[in-house]
Amino acid sequence: MTDKERKELQIMATRVREGVLTATHGAKCGHPGGSLSAADVFTYLYFREMRIDPADPRDPDRDRMVLSKGHTAPGLYSALANRGFFPVEDLATLRHIDSYLQGHPNMNTVPGVDMSTGSLGQGLSVAAGMAKGAKFLGKDVNVYAVLGDGEIEEGQIWEAAMFSAHYKLDNLCIIVDLNGLQIDGPTAQVMNSAPVDEKFAAFGCHVVVADGHDYDALEAAFARFHANHGSGRPTAILVKTLKGKGVSYMEGQVGWHGKAPNDEEYAQGMAELAAARAALEVE
Amino acid sequence: MADVKKVATRQSYGEALKELGAEKADLVVLDADLANATKTDIFKKAFPDRHFDCGIAEANMMDVAAGLSTMGLVPFASTFAMFASGRAYEQVRNTIGYPHLNVKIGATHGGISVGEDGASHQCCEDFALMRTIPGMTVLCPSDDVEARKMVRAAYEMEGPVYLRFCRLATPVIHDESYDFHIGKGEVLTEGGDVAVIATGIMVPEAVEAAKLLKEKGVGAMVVNMGTIKPLDEDLVIRAAQKCGRVVTVEEHTVIGGLGEAVCGVLAEHCPTPVKRIGVYDEFGHSGPAGALLTAMGLDAAGIEKATLAFLGK
Repeated sequence: MTDKERKELQIMATRVREGVLTATHGAKCGHPGGSLSAADVFTYLYFREMRIDPADPRDPDRDRMVLSKGHTAPGLYSALANRGFFPVEDLATLRHIDSYLQGHPNMNTVPGVDMSTGSLGQGLSVAAGMAKGAKFLGKDVNVYAVLGDGEIEEGQIWEAAMFSAHYKLDNLCIIVDLNGLQIDGPTAQVMNSAPVDEKFAAFGCHVVVADGHDYDALEAAFARFHANHGSGRPTAILVKTLKGKGVSYMEGQVGWHGKAPNDEEYAQGMAELAAARAALEVE
Repeated sequence: MADVKKVATRQSYGEALKELGAEKADLVVLDADLANATKTDIFKKAFPDRHFDCGIAEANMMDVAAGLSTMGLVPFASTFAMFASGRAYEQVRNTIGYPHLNVKIGATHGGISVGEDGASHQCCEDFALMRTIPGMTVLCPSDDVEARKMVRAAYEMEGPVYLRFCRLATPVIHDESYDFHIGKGEVLTEGGDVAVIATGIMVPEAVEAAKLLKEKGVGAMVVNMGTIKPLDEDLVIRAAQKCGRVVTVEEHTVIGGLGEAVCGVLAEHCPTPVKRIGVYDEFGHSGPAGALLTAMGLDAAGIEKATLAFLGK
């Protein structure tokens, strides 16, 4: 990755984060914390990694992404909007009664959303079904599933992991957002899912650990995924992140899991992100 | 009835999958370690590369089926009714029903006639659970012929379908010329004193009950309601208007199944006294299927008795 490419991704990530704030502020509810922790992953996926075309969102040969931690729809929607799947201005209508931007991802109303999700623990199974389907049909399609570290407390995740290894789904990339916080508090205290790396390894995955806010680390991690094609094993990329990343008063604060910024907080957050973007643009 | 041909509708399911599989390359079958009970092993023998065993993990299986369907395949996800509609209810509701995906759920071992396995495996709630999901089609065949035609109809329609099959071998009442359409009931016998609307393996019993009732001077119009949802409301109303009394029969709790679906239609459009015959808010227990059905009033004699009492005769 060149310096210019890295900077472009970092600048885009600030726009994705601005969209998260705009969407949740407009909704007066929603989930900014986990949207911001995964914003760099969303940006990397939609602006560098996935083979997709906003002009043809239903292309049968496109790569797929299943947002298993569906409550972070503001992050996914913002990435899709900034990628050109629908107007960025529409993000402010999130969760409104007449909006197509449903509170959790809806594949039938939102262009670019590959699967309706929201009920935790199910997305990895769907992604495995997609990956199995792609292999059955002989299609060169990669499937990405983004999971939360609280979400992996759901037993179905491990049913899906077992299935994925059993059926040798090396076209499946599992991404776990290790932001360390869930609604009731730190994941280590609510229900300790650690060691996540050993669990996925024991279930038959190639495990890669990366800094989820470092684009060089993400590039290296996804390169491992591509190198694993042909190995007959799925890849699990565990990304270490900071919940609320990029907005000072949200960073590391469990209270911002599912709360929208008020007008004042919104203005402050947008100013911080604009300043970060300006700094990147002049560098 | 001794010389009547009997086939379990689960057997019909397996054979229909194999027949359809030979024609449709996009048909795939999933199972959860029950292939020789659900009879998907018949399909598996013919098309091993299109049969995906998911192990004992029904929730995962339903969502894998959802994923397969988004790739353009037509998955039939198979397990016992208890696990398909019960354990995996939320997967079916949120990940198949809500996005309205083209997944077919082949649920075998519905009802009390599971027999010796007992209450844990006797699913009498699946109609109720599946009916509540918007856009879900719910089918239950009366015999082998209807079961095989239902599998084809389910494949040919776009959208989620729940099919309930049974373990017990039961009489074949149709010949191959029978024409099944989703959403359409079938009038099997004409009569003007009472309409008996039945589904699944209760249909042959209702036909036999009608013969017993006829001997008592009661004319019964027997309706085979193979589609639980969308219900053939026109036929329900027509039967009620003609007979003035309606009996429903199902191998299912009287809460939320065919009986209450019929009651709902009639309450809104044609208020008519209804007697619901089914499982009365209790769990089943172990025993031979036939003896269990008799004990619970779910055979021809039981239907006759309840109908006569309902009519005050």
